[in-house]
Amino acid sequence: MTTLTALCTVVAVGILLIILVYIAKQGISSLSIRFLVDSPRPVGEGGGIGNAIVGSVMLLLLSSAIGLPLGIAVGIYLSEFGAGRFGGLVRFLVDTLTGIPSIVTGVFVYTIVVVPLKHFSALAGGVALALIMIPIVARTTEEIIRLVPQNLREGALALGAPQWRVTMGVVLPAAASGIATGAMLAIARVSGETAPLLFTAFGSRFFSYYLDQPIASLTVQIYNYAISPYDDWHAQAWAATLVLMTLILAINIIVRFLTRKRF
Amino acid sequence: MSTPQQTIKARIELPARGQTPSPPSADRPAKIAVKDLKFFYGKTQALHDVSLEIPERIVMAFIGPSGCGKSTFLRTLNRMNDVIPGTRVSGQVSMDGQDIYAPGTDVVELRRKVGMVFQKSNPFPKSIFDNVAYGLRINRLTSSKSELADRVEQALQDSALWAEVKDRLKSSALGLSGGQQQRLCIARALAIRPEVVLMDEPASALDPVATHKIEELIVELKRQYTIVIVTHNMQQAARVSDTTAFFLLGKLIEVNATEKMFTNPDETLTEDYITGRFG
Repeated sequence: MTTLTALCTVVAVGILLIILVYIAKQGISSLSIRFLVDSPRPVGEGGGIGNAIVGSVMLLLLSSAIGLPLGIAVGIYLSEFGAGRFGGLVRFLVDTLTGIPSIVTGVFVYTIVVVPLKHFSALAGGVALALIMIPIVARTTEEIIRLVPQNLREGALALGAPQWRVTMGVVLPAAASGIATGAMLAIARVSGETAPLLFTAFGSRFFSYYLDQPIASLTVQIYNYAISPYDDWHAQAWAATLVLMTLILAINIIVRFLTRKRF
Repeated sequence: MSTPQQTIKARIELPARGQTPSPPSADRPAKIAVKDLKFFYGKTQALHDVSLEIPERIVMAFIGPSGCGKSTFLRTLNRMNDVIPGTRVSGQVSMDGQDIYAPGTDVVELRRKVGMVFQKSNPFPKSIFDNVAYGLRINRLTSSKSELADRVEQALQDSALWAEVKDRLKSSALGLSGGQQQRLCIARALAIRPEVVLMDEPASALDPVATHKIEELIVELKRQYTIVIVTHNMQQAARVSDTTAFFLLGKLIEVNATEKMFTNPDETLTEDYITGRFG
């Protein structure tokens, strides 16, 4: 039994390591400071992914600003007040939302945001990513809050704390690191999304800081370069992939540091 | 089985043990009066017509086998059962003459007056200071930082924990030992100066030394507070309480002065339980 499970673990971790090493090997040759800060240039003239990094960060900030508060609030509702039939319905809908393919979310946001505003925009991209985040964050938040022992809640109630203060002052702080982990997973998940961005943020070959304009992102850039016929761009796509992986790793480390157990 | 249906008034005929000088007397006004209390978990009835008076500033112990309803009864006294879905209560529980189950009762206010210490110590994942200060802060009982600090210190001294933690008030409460955590929970309950303190098997998870400290503390506390303690440990009931109530199968069988209860109880069921014939 031990041998079998150990073997499976080695296979799973091994595949991950192979992917990481392969990406690093393919990407590292094109990586340079210029590559990280420049905007794209025509084939053969170098150029970089600076605009895509800025775009990805903006999209993540925007989608987190919309998706995290909403998702966490839904999770709190489900765990603390969602015992009834309505709670069950919400839980079912949230689960269904989790299963919607991301390209469908992209098309949906295209019709409700892009079409009325008449052009692709960072805002639409942020909304699409937020829609993907909400159910993930809601469900992880709910599960984590459920793990907070009931006797902690009773301890606070017994001191004359009203329900909302128990939730805000005792339950949430006790669940904070778990909620943050859920949020981090959701961010990591959407930072790899490409399909919904094709219909919403679209991509751009220039630096853009405007919410109402199309914006570049690492994933769409990787996609565009990877399907191009040029070896030069293929190499840049690998390098951009390495940057994206590093970015996700950095998010992981930062959140873990911020939410480390203090008590 | 004979079940007393009428209100059993706590009779105290012998002087209390311990260091406290004045033994409680029978003519003390009832702090809490319970009349015909029934309690249901869904369709299961957990308490059958319990009537009981708890006089002021005594220690009353509830004994009985597991599942006899003593904890459930304790938790009706600060309406802590309200948080369990599907429960129902009927009958009357009054504190200082006010029915605490009357519509419009401020449960938050009630729980401020009736503190509770749980079987499993449950310090918040905060610092030692913040744990004790929690009740003071949410109820806005202090007007300045220094007053807050004073009240915290006072509560920690009352719970005999001050000397052990005064140099590390800012460190996590979860770093304390089990016995210290339980005394911290007592300090947290005392900080808001409740009138009644309910203790649900407060020492059941502690070693003998920590148990001894908690018991000394209880005897000390009854100068100021009315204390109701649920315990599985009959020696403990005998050591700390003035009055003992015996529960069996959701019914209150007997309430009597502790000395009498353990030497010459009125009910044969009580005698059988205490002498270990069952339970």
